[in-house]
Amino acid sequence: MSLTLEDVKRIAHLARIEVSESEAETYLAQLSSILGLVEEMQAVDTRGIEPMAHAQDVVLRLREDAVSEANRREACQAVAPQVEAGLYLVPKVIE
Amino acid sequence: MLNASLKELSGLLAAKKISSVELTQTFLDRIAALNPSLNAFITVDAEKSLAQARVADERIAAGKAGALTGIPFAQKDIFCARDWLSTCGSKMLANFSAPYDAHVIEQFNRAGAVNLGKTNMDEFAMGSSNETSFFGKVRNPWDVDRVPGGSSGGSAAAVAARLCPAATGTDTGGSIRQPAALNGITGLKPTYGTVSRYGMIAFASSLDQAGPMARSAEDCALMMNVMAGFDSRDSTSLEREKEDYSRDLDKPLQGLRIGLPREYFAEGLSADVARAVEAALAEYRRLGAETVEISLPNTRLSIPVYYVLAPAEASSNLARYDGVRYGYRAPEYGDLTDMYQKTRAQGFGAEVKRRIMIGTYVLSAGYYDAYYIQAQKLRRLIAQDFEAAFRQCDVIMGPTSPTTAFRLGEKSDDPVSMYLSDIYTIAVNLAGLPGMSVPCGFGDGGLPVGLQIVGNYFAEARMLNAAHQYQLATDWHLRLPPLCE
Repeated sequence: MSLTLEDVKRIAHLARIEVSESEAETYLAQLSSILGLVEEMQAVDTRGIEPMAHAQDVVLRLREDAVSEANRREACQAVAPQVEAGLYLVPKVIE
Repeated sequence: MLNASLKELSGLLAAKKISSVELTQTFLDRIAALNPSLNAFITVDAEKSLAQARVADERIAAGKAGALTGIPFAQKDIFCARDWLSTCGSKMLANFSAPYDAHVIEQFNRAGAVNLGKTNMDEFAMGSSNETSFFGKVRNPWDVDRVPGGSSGGSAAAVAARLCPAATGTDTGGSIRQPAALNGITGLKPTYGTVSRYGMIAFASSLDQAGPMARSAEDCALMMNVMAGFDSRDSTSLEREKEDYSRDLDKPLQGLRIGLPREYFAEGLSADVARAVEAALAEYRRLGAETVEISLPNTRLSIPVYYVLAPAEASSNLARYDGVRYGYRAPEYGDLTDMYQKTRAQGFGAEVKRRIMIGTYVLSAGYYDAYYIQAQKLRRLIAQDFEAAFRQCDVIMGPTSPTTAFRLGEKSDDPVSMYLSDIYTIAVNLAGLPGMSVPCGFGDGGLPVGLQIVGNYFAEARMLNAAHQYQLATDWHLRLPPLCE
């Protein structure tokens, strides 16, 4: 499976990373060499093997649906790029 | 003082031979003198550290001290520490002052330890050389033209040059063990789930695990007693009884069966590393252990598997850096998508962007089964290799890294050659097993070599015992780099 310049631009868009034309060329070469390294996996027959998502076979714990954290809105918003009246500001999304 | 163990420091503090304020100031002075040539710390805040030291001194005076009370520790900058900059080595978080403490930081605070500062690291822990940090590369105290390894390179260099008595690290594919090896210090990556990941900035959540980086195995055991423990805020934290990691340190090694994986002593291992590791194994046999040859046949697949799974998890974890709730936001942008794209293009460095893009690709429609699911199936085969091996032996030993510290810039333009340097450490993370690196001599040019010890699940006390007995018989871990003389 070899990558094209269009693939790189599509991946960059999905990842929400802006890339210039010349950066896309560099990524094409680097990502292709990484995928080349990974290609070795494809030769192994893995039929019947259960995928392993996690190191320990544990079940996720459940907890009571109760408030466990104190309200620390000010401390949390102090590190935000742009806030106003307790709200996070982003560019307009609805006309 | 520089070579004092944590136990000795604790004794000096308890006997009032030294105060925590004096001890902390001693290390702050060393940081001021030596950090400019190493760049091991991103943030040092003498006022905050000394304030903690004063509280520790009061606690000692009141007779309420624990084993680590009053001792200063350097914290990897991946841990959120309240009101400290917590940057993860990235421009994205360069101004991020954490509003809360990571569980690991809380545990050190509860123990009365002093936070000596935040150590440099590869950006978001992605790297094996510490050259990807936004805050500049870290230098190896044994040779300042060489890398300290990564990603916990700042912690490793700081311990090696004795800028701190000990430090914390995190290990996703070898990030505690490889820099420990390259700097001649002792590091332990515990069994996955032993130390809480709460407040530890996420890279690849199914692999990330925090652990101690110190002068000796004995020091690592004391730190594990503080760091380990169940925490309900980490969904993968294991509910286990509290254990004393130093309980087995003094046991003799008679009858210990050491497995030597054929694949770890094959092509690709440099001759000087092989010599030092062989000599260490001979020492173990003198101490009463026996060695048996074992096989981990899927070792070579661990690199491709890791470089699918870790980037996949990273691409998901790092989606949170969107310029909205915290961290960097691009100064100029158009609409919301443009704001995301410019923020992430400017805020992340090259290696992080490569890994996010690889992860995005392997998770995208049409490639998910061929890459992600296939890698997860191979992950099981790799874990099964270890399961079979531990039927024949108690611990596995081999080299931590195929070479000693390489030169700055040597591999930074070639991601694939950098990735291959993690060949002996990655499989341990995929299986979720505990692994250690212990100083075992020097290679060409007087550069440190690390011996890797891998144990079965929850065998940390046994591994620490094996490492401690070796350190009683050798003095590699006490050697100081030329920079310190």
